[in-house]
Amino acid sequence: MQYNWNWGVLLQGPYFEWILSGLGWTIGTAVAAWVIAFSLGSVIGVMRTTNIPVLRAIGTAYVELFRNVPLLVQLFLWYFVFPELLPKVAGHWVKRDLPLPEFSTAVVCLGTYSASRVAEQVRAGIQSIGQGQRYAGLAMGLTPVQVYRYVLLPVAYRIIVPPLTSDFLGIFKNSSLALTIGVLELTAQTRQISEYTFQPFEAFTAATVLYCLITFIVMTAMRIVERRTAIPGMISLEAK
Amino acid sequence: MSGGFDLHVIYQNIPVLWEGMQMTFLLTILAIGGGILGGTILALCRLAPFRWLSLVAGSYVNFFRSMPLILVIFWFYFLVPFILGRPVGGFYSVLIAFILFEAAYYCEIIRAGISSVGRGQVAAGQALGLTYRQNMRYIVLPQAFRNMIPVLLTQAIVLFQDTSLVYVVGLHDFLVNADIVANRDNRLLEMYTTVALVYFVLCLVGSMGVRRLQRSYAL
Repeated sequence: MQYNWNWGVLLQGPYFEWILSGLGWTIGTAVAAWVIAFSLGSVIGVMRTTNIPVLRAIGTAYVELFRNVPLLVQLFLWYFVFPELLPKVAGHWVKRDLPLPEFSTAVVCLGTYSASRVAEQVRAGIQSIGQGQRYAGLAMGLTPVQVYRYVLLPVAYRIIVPPLTSDFLGIFKNSSLALTIGVLELTAQTRQISEYTFQPFEAFTAATVLYCLITFIVMTAMRIVERRTAIPGMISLEAK
Repeated sequence: MSGGFDLHVIYQNIPVLWEGMQMTFLLTILAIGGGILGGTILALCRLAPFRWLSLVAGSYVNFFRSMPLILVIFWFYFLVPFILGRPVGGFYSVLIAFILFEAAYYCEIIRAGISSVGRGQVAAGQALGLTYRQNMRYIVLPQAFRNMIPVLLTQAIVLFQDTSLVYVVGLHDFLVNADIVANRDNRLLEMYTTVALVYFVLCLVGSMGVRRLQRSYAL
């Protein structure tokens, strides 16, 4: 089969702009979803470490639910099924007036999905600290909320920086699924370029390079964070 | 979408869904087999005493781990027919993409498993006069695989979920068949909920099984 390489096509308008805009949507989706994932995931993770059975059960149910359904199916549920289940007025609003409907759906879906992963990391981080710290905090007269706020969470977050990095990178990769509901992110744009120009390899190479670049930048940034936040005396973190 | 939850449409389309599920299972099993085989080879390369070999294997793993699976599927969807010079159909392109992609993830699991075997075991094997190959084959890998089984199975569940991404090239798996019915009969609510429920039950049973195994099987 003959293939005419034409790398110039990537720099031609409008294709160059498409790639840039795709990159922008990928980053936007991932960062917005991370905000949800990190905050919701922290809450769920903390719930699973409390000794209140109801909270633990809710946390466990959340994690099991979101981890055992494929992300693509979750995306379809959010996009096609969720508006139908809402009360009529809210459903209408979601279907008609929600700003940037595809983007918002993708962000909520990715955020809630990744929250289940963050929750597991937060839980593991808190459990790795040991009960002694918790008891010491309580014995000092701190309320349970204060124990989490001032004793457990600050240490837990610092321990779980490396696994959180890989979850953060996971959001960038998973944001490519948003193309199935019509978000024109990086993968979608390069697929579109390959359809318009019949130069699939150049287009996909551009996406490949950009994804590698994102990974590299995030890894470098997180390595700095890891070094800055490393807990003195914990060799396992610095050894890497 | 007409009101009410219509169970009839699900019941009626069970054969179609089952056909799709068979495709999902087939793809999962072949990708696990190929992935573990490729992953073992990659892991052995990464741990090999030759620097260049471990560098190549390491780059391969890092490269694939920074790619979204969808992009890899697209790549091979175009690349495989191009290399072979003839159309091969979606299935083989997707299968190759899955095997090469999953091999990178299995490599990391297997590498961790091999590293978890105590150094004393390797040394003992060498002291007995075993060659590198024999040492790996009879001493290290059997123990490593036993340690890894829970993680390998967890990855298998992840892979089972990931196969739903063949949606982007329209291979008729469980999700795509349900999607076709959903759009044909205008029953998105019923079909997508059913798909989610089936995946949920299968994966939950799987991960509960893994947890039980983990408790009873650990070395």
